Amino acid sequence: MTEALVVTGTNLGVVISLALIAGGVIWLLVRSLKGKEVERRVIFGFVLIAVSAPILFPITFHEQISPVVKAVFDKIESLPAGSTVAISFDFDPAMAPEVQPMANAFTRHCFAKGHKVVFLSIWATGQSLLTSTLDTVVRREFPEKRERIDWVNLGYKAGNQGVLNVIVSDLRKMYPTDVNAVPLDSIPMLAEVKAFRDLSLILAVGGGFPGPKEWVLYVGDPGNVPIAAGAAAVTAPQLYPYYPRQLIGILGGIKSAAEYESAMVDKYPQFDSVDKPGLRMMGPQTLAHMVIMMFIIIGNIVFFRSKRMRSQL
Amino acid sequence: MRRQLPFILVFAFGLFMIFQYFVPHESSERAYEFLLDWTTIIGIFALAVGIWSLVSVTIEKIKLRKPAWQYSFFTLAGLFLMILFGFTAKVDGHWGFHFYTSEGLQNPMFRSFFDYILTPIQATMFSMLAFFIASAAYRAFRARNVLATLLLIAALIMMMRFNPFLGPVGPLFEKTANWLLNVPSLAANRAIIIGIGLGMVATALKVILGIERGYMGK
Repeated sequence: MTEALVVTGTNLGVVISLALIAGGVIWLLVRSLKGKEVERRVIFGFVLIAVSAPILFPITFHEQISPVVKAVFDKIESLPAGSTVAISFDFDPAMAPEVQPMANAFTRHCFAKGHKVVFLSIWATGQSLLTSTLDTVVRREFPEKRERIDWVNLGYKAGNQGVLNVIVSDLRKMYPTDVNAVPLDSIPMLAEVKAFRDLSLILAVGGGFPGPKEWVLYVGDPGNVPIAAGAAAVTAPQLYPYYPRQLIGILGGIKSAAEYESAMVDKYPQFDSVDKPGLRMMGPQTLAHMVIMMFIIIGNIVFFRSKRMRSQL
Repeated sequence: MRRQLPFILVFAFGLFMIFQYFVPHESSERAYEFLLDWTTIIGIFALAVGIWSLVSVTIEKIKLRKPAWQYSFFTLAGLFLMILFGFTAKVDGHWGFHFYTSEGLQNPMFRSFFDYILTPIQATMFSMLAFFIASAAYRAFRARNVLATLLLIAALIMMMRFNPFLGPVGPLFEKTANWLLNVPSLAANRAIIIGIGLGMVATALKVILGIERGYMGK
């Protein structure tokens, strides 16, 4: 749901890129009508232009938040200030470009609303990516938020869904200390949190196994805790069966991250100046999708033309 | 007895886990959590076995000069250097080993290896999909029959919903895409989930009753 097109940066570069792509596609269409197949390297070349042009000459769109994303935004908004929210970083660097913007936006939103945040990961690679969010978002944008008072980093724990199965009823059994070996009993913000069922909301960011689905099965349902998911676009459709009862909302792919970032700026204008990778990445994704659609259409023209020629023989 | 003992254990613990789920007593919960601890412990032993397996296979590849054996040095270096960096850190001006805390995560070499080697490598591998998807879309996404045509139309609608250049017809694509996700795709996904669930129950019963013995190896 893109409301309006706002071209920023050097417009000339974008126009040249679009003209190049459009001209190239028309040339390919003419070739296809003559019965010639498109070589793989030509396709790769088009994708390269479509992806790199909006990176070199930034193009951003204002995104209108969709209902499934708005549900997550509204939930964080509706929680009373001081509520304890968990954000789980269950992803690896391959998935990070798509889902880390969501995790960063969730973090910003929770702190802007005055919530306390429990960071953790059930993926080994998640802990380093979590550290990156702590460095680039928490410590840089919210220096007034104090560790173990306003947020705590529990770190990574091995055991996949076994970890979830335990923390839903007893957090200290699986995490006796935080990531820096500070006992949980001495952390003020966790005084009232004995288990994850005591949390106001869990934001499960991931897309593989274990991921949002396991959070629903082992924590959300047994503990009656609201869960929202941030997932890679390829795995988001698998989460829809759990929406809206077991998952209060889903952010699927970079498009949803961009919608969330737009909503954040609308509600909290102070975040207009922060990095918004979701919105930045929508330009390359949109152009790449357009190129792929063009190739699907050209491919079908070639297919039907050759079919007709075969039937005429 | 060497073969019977595992069967007896699987049968006993399998049945226990089934019945435990329906017993909402504290002792039942405790027993369940105790068994879950075993899962974590077994997982850690599996990690050790995995590392040993990786090292032995890699060393053998170097010894036998198998194709691309030179790259095996990078595998070994990556493995041991990351372990070393992950356990060392500079605290209060002194370098030292830190086995029980996360200081190692702040080790500049550990962070650099992760941020500037692992992250770009994985992101590059994933981003190359865009090129292959475009090529595959051109060659394979063709309206050969009714089902292929439906798939093609659904894919186009899903991609169109991201498009900001559609103007007034944009919301129509958005609504249609949401309907595709919330009705046909959801129904298919639910059917798959239920099917997988039933399949898991059937497989679990086969394992508990000793019909499926694949976990025993040969």
